[in-house]
Amino acid sequence: MSKDFLSANEAAAYGVLLSRPKVVSAYPITPQTTLVEKLADFLAQGKGHFKYMMVESEHSAMAAALGVSMMGARVFTATSSQGLLYMCEMLHYVSGARHPIVMVDANRSTATPWNIYGDQRDVYAMRDAGWIMLFAESGQEALDTVIQAYRIAEDPTVMTPVMVNLDGFTLTHTYDLVDIPDQELVDKYLPPLNTTNKMDPNDPKTLCMTVGPDFHSEGRYLQQKAFENAAEVIVKADKEYAALTGRSYGGMIEEYRCEDAELVLVATGSVAGTTRIVVDGLRAQGKKVGLVKVRCYRPFPKAYFAGLENRFKGVGVIDRSISFGFDGTLFSEVKSAMYGSGAKVQDYVVGLGGRDIPKELIAQMFEKIEKRVEGVQEDEVQFLGMRW
Amino acid sequence: MAINLKNLPEDEIFYGAKTCQGCGGLMACRMVMKVIGPKSCIAIPAGCMSATTTVYPQSSLFVNNTVTAFPGLASTIAGMSVGGEVMGWDEDTTYVAFGGDGGTVDIGIQALSGAAERNDNILYVCYDNDAYMNTGNQKSGSTPEYAWSTTTPTGPCSKGAKNKYRKSLIEIVAAHRVPYAATASIAFPMDLLRKVEKAKQYRGCRVLHIMSPCPTGWGYDPSKTVELAKLAVETGMWWLGEYENGEFRLTYKPKKLHESTEAYFKGQRRFRHLQPEDIAEIDRNRDNEWKRLKRVFNINE
Repeated sequence: MSKDFLSANEAAAYGVLLSRPKVVSAYPITPQTTLVEKLADFLAQGKGHFKYMMVESEHSAMAAALGVSMMGARVFTATSSQGLLYMCEMLHYVSGARHPIVMVDANRSTATPWNIYGDQRDVYAMRDAGWIMLFAESGQEALDTVIQAYRIAEDPTVMTPVMVNLDGFTLTHTYDLVDIPDQELVDKYLPPLNTTNKMDPNDPKTLCMTVGPDFHSEGRYLQQKAFENAAEVIVKADKEYAALTGRSYGGMIEEYRCEDAELVLVATGSVAGTTRIVVDGLRAQGKKVGLVKVRCYRPFPKAYFAGLENRFKGVGVIDRSISFGFDGTLFSEVKSAMYGSGAKVQDYVVGLGGRDIPKELIAQMFEKIEKRVEGVQEDEVQFLGMRW
Repeated sequence: MAINLKNLPEDEIFYGAKTCQGCGGLMACRMVMKVIGPKSCIAIPAGCMSATTTVYPQSSLFVNNTVTAFPGLASTIAGMSVGGEVMGWDEDTTYVAFGGDGGTVDIGIQALSGAAERNDNILYVCYDNDAYMNTGNQKSGSTPEYAWSTTTPTGPCSKGAKNKYRKSLIEIVAAHRVPYAATASIAFPMDLLRKVEKAKQYRGCRVLHIMSPCPTGWGYDPSKTVELAKLAVETGMWWLGEYENGEFRLTYKPKKLHESTEAYFKGQRRFRHLQPEDIAEIDRNRDNEWKRLKRVFNINE
């Protein structure tokens, strides 16, 4: 093991290197760029043993990754925002044909208004693309999650692509001290890709096949089953990783100071880090508050939220995306999974297009939930930290 | 040994496709694969050629193959080629893409340009039937002027200057300095087979552009596919040539370049609205285009 001072993009690049992909096909886009640059540096330094396809677009990045994966080789790509939208068509090809590609998405807003900064509009627009979606909170988690992502994607009961989400700039460009595990350790955890879902010179196959109404539902049913399996595999992959490295992220969900909590905030990604600090501060004042970090958006930790019942009095969701005409994107999932619970559930839409989410704003959310629990009527979905 | 009709393998790699009768596209794919042989992988976008060959649980392709998205055809096959390389597949495996004209000169051209610039080790074959045929004959960037299609109905749409020149794919790919590119026709099988054989021997991005009439879209008796394809070449409405070592070369000298193109248009429903003055205009455009082509091919007459 070694330690280095790395941005989350660079840390994720180390995760890629240690996962030994045979091919990387990528197209640069802010704020993902430093990740694919780091991978090129590895090659230049003779560290990487992969082919680098410098494709001409994100659509081709994913199409080429699909081509590589169909030959049975491990492959990596990364993108962000407009690039993710541009490759959307190929995301469905990859997931429907069950190819275990791993991609990092540097979460960024979507134009218009054109904006290069972080929020989660891009990933949530891909909700139903059939990809497992994990979120990292720190550079260390970014590195570790990329490695875990291959384990999850390539599990024979899953065989589904995984998107690892890193908040644009807030995380991708923030430097921290990161443990880089030894290659031997990662090799123990992640064996080479072994799949029958590939082309074979001695036993020719048709992949990504056309399937009409007669068999179509069965294929989709099997995808749903794969996601149900993934819910278990994600937890197992995290536990086994912890056994080797001592680092665990809770699988799908991490609770922070929730044991006796009455009010909790639900968050994804980097804002969970800020929320921990606010929770600590409020706890010091005697407030019974906690954080529920959603690490995995698909499969959604439905059982966890359904099992909460009346455990918390108030639940607030920090949303960095909204589905216009309905709710904040994460909120609608949490609320739906908590159907029947007696808790008051509120949604706070913040941090759009890279706007900062300061501690004070998070503290304000806890105040608002508390009031709501006390009976004060408020809009269920609120934009906070606004100019007006 | 050079390919000829006697040593052409009996084995079929495209066999049993549910295409329309007289499908020129299928003839093109079948002939290409005769020469390429079983040591190959194929990618086809979601058009006629995949809809008629590989619908679960049936397949009429006898080598590894996949369906992919239109804009990602060249990049998918490029990924397969790189994937085959890193997985240790034999070096003489050919990675073949079959796209129609729409999938190639329009929606797929960006990916093809990328693959050509990177010189990925692929054989890209465009079977050109002059329009988007799987969706029922809409104009593509390779639709000839005056042709009726469902989006260029007879009248101003089919007679305007909006689509005076179809895209010259071979010149586009030649601008990328690919090692080998050629035009061909299903009506000139030996010319076609030899070009495939040549392409097979090169490494890098090779492109074949094959004129392949579509009886359903063009509106003619399916038994006339070869006859029409031959007339297209003889009247100069299509040409047979190649690009190799940075040079263009004409591989067949058309016999009816000094006659009217009318014989080619007769019997095609998509051209039945043509008046004598339209044919005269097409003839003039053909003549001008050949003046240009002769410069490209460095032909002095």
